[in-house]
Amino acid sequence: MTPKRKQRLMLVGLLVLGVSAAAALTLTALQDNINLFFSPTEVAQGEAPSGATFRLGGMVVDGSVKRSQTDLNVSFDLTDTAEVVTVQYAGILPDLFREGQGIVTTGSIENGVFVAREVLAKHDENYMPPEVSDALKKANAKQYQTSTGQ
Amino acid sequence: MNQVITPPAPKNSASKGRKWRWFHRFGSPAWVYRFASNWAPRFGVVAGVLFLIGLYQGLVVAPPDYQMGDSYRIIFVHVPSAWLSMFSYFVMAVAAAIGLVWRMKVANITARSIAPLGALFTFCALVTGSLWGKPTWGTYWVWDARLTSELILLFLFIGFIALHDAFEDRRTAARASAILAIVGVVNLPIIHFSVEWWNTLHQGSTVTRLDGPTIDSRMLSPLLIMFLAFNFYFAAAVLNRLRVSLLDLERKTNWVKELVHG
Repeated sequence: MTPKRKQRLMLVGLLVLGVSAAAALTLTALQDNINLFFSPTEVAQGEAPSGATFRLGGMVVDGSVKRSQTDLNVSFDLTDTAEVVTVQYAGILPDLFREGQGIVTTGSIENGVFVAREVLAKHDENYMPPEVSDALKKANAKQYQTSTGQ
Repeated sequence: MNQVITPPAPKNSASKGRKWRWFHRFGSPAWVYRFASNWAPRFGVVAGVLFLIGLYQGLVVAPPDYQMGDSYRIIFVHVPSAWLSMFSYFVMAVAAAIGLVWRMKVANITARSIAPLGALFTFCALVTGSLWGKPTWGTYWVWDARLTSELILLFLFIGFIALHDAFEDRRTAARASAILAIVGVVNLPIIHFSVEWWNTLHQGSTVTRLDGPTIDSRMLSPLLIMFLAFNFYFAAAVLNRLRVSLLDLERKTNWVKELVHG
């Protein structure tokens, strides 16, 4: 390699390093703005903006979904396994919404309850056919029975 | 056997001889043209066969998903597109960097040949993801880190093409656009790790995980076949585009004139 080419190669390397460092610093500084949603723990610690609209993400607690008999009002609890936030929503939920499912919702805290304007279902990274899912559920149920001695 | 058109040895490096010979071959437009003409149709045939097998396996043989039913089948197009959008950007940036350092015009036009294909793959990844997002998430688009960084990748490809074609002079165009391509490489790890570094609506990695893929093997095999098909298509398409660009670039040289006039 000629000295000229070596020099240009070094410049390219420095360019990549410099840009990476700049990007790393920028992204670290903007961490809070890049995260899509706040977790229930962050809400409990008062990190989420109060009185303003923000996104809240977490798992729907099993058995917490209460649907109104007369209209589209629904309420459910969201958790990140540490803290719980109760969510109220009036509207049609996405098909993937179910208990134990991760969701992301937009709204604001009013009187200690998160009033949602939009509810999005988060899909997890697992793909399997229905029979495998059924088999897994059965296996889990069996394990549960043996562990509780029923 | 050794009937390759050896390019004139570049100044100052003639003494390095054999070690760099394979590399300097790629500096010869005539040799690269023949290489591309030989391999493009072969890669194209392989891609076509793999596409047929992959689509049949993916759309007919693979079982539906336990939650999403049949709508998950878009991953057989979405995931390979998204992978190739990043892979093609990386290859484009490496080609542009080689063009920048070694002043190799074949490397420059290779980068320029890849750019529209990369933009196409990125566009496919964004559109298929969006169409899947509506029934699954409940929205076509959300400004999370994965979707936004992939959109930036599309702008980088378009920006590369625009910047390259904005210059009259071929060498200035190559130099300016190469710097843009190299700067944009920083976006690739951001796209890949966005789902780990930040919380996003887009799910985490399914296939490239340390603890193995979290997808049923009957769904994984068509995905891998489609993935190979996309790669072969990419290789064939780049080589074909490269042939056209090489003829255009070298239109005044003897080997092109001989080729055209028989």
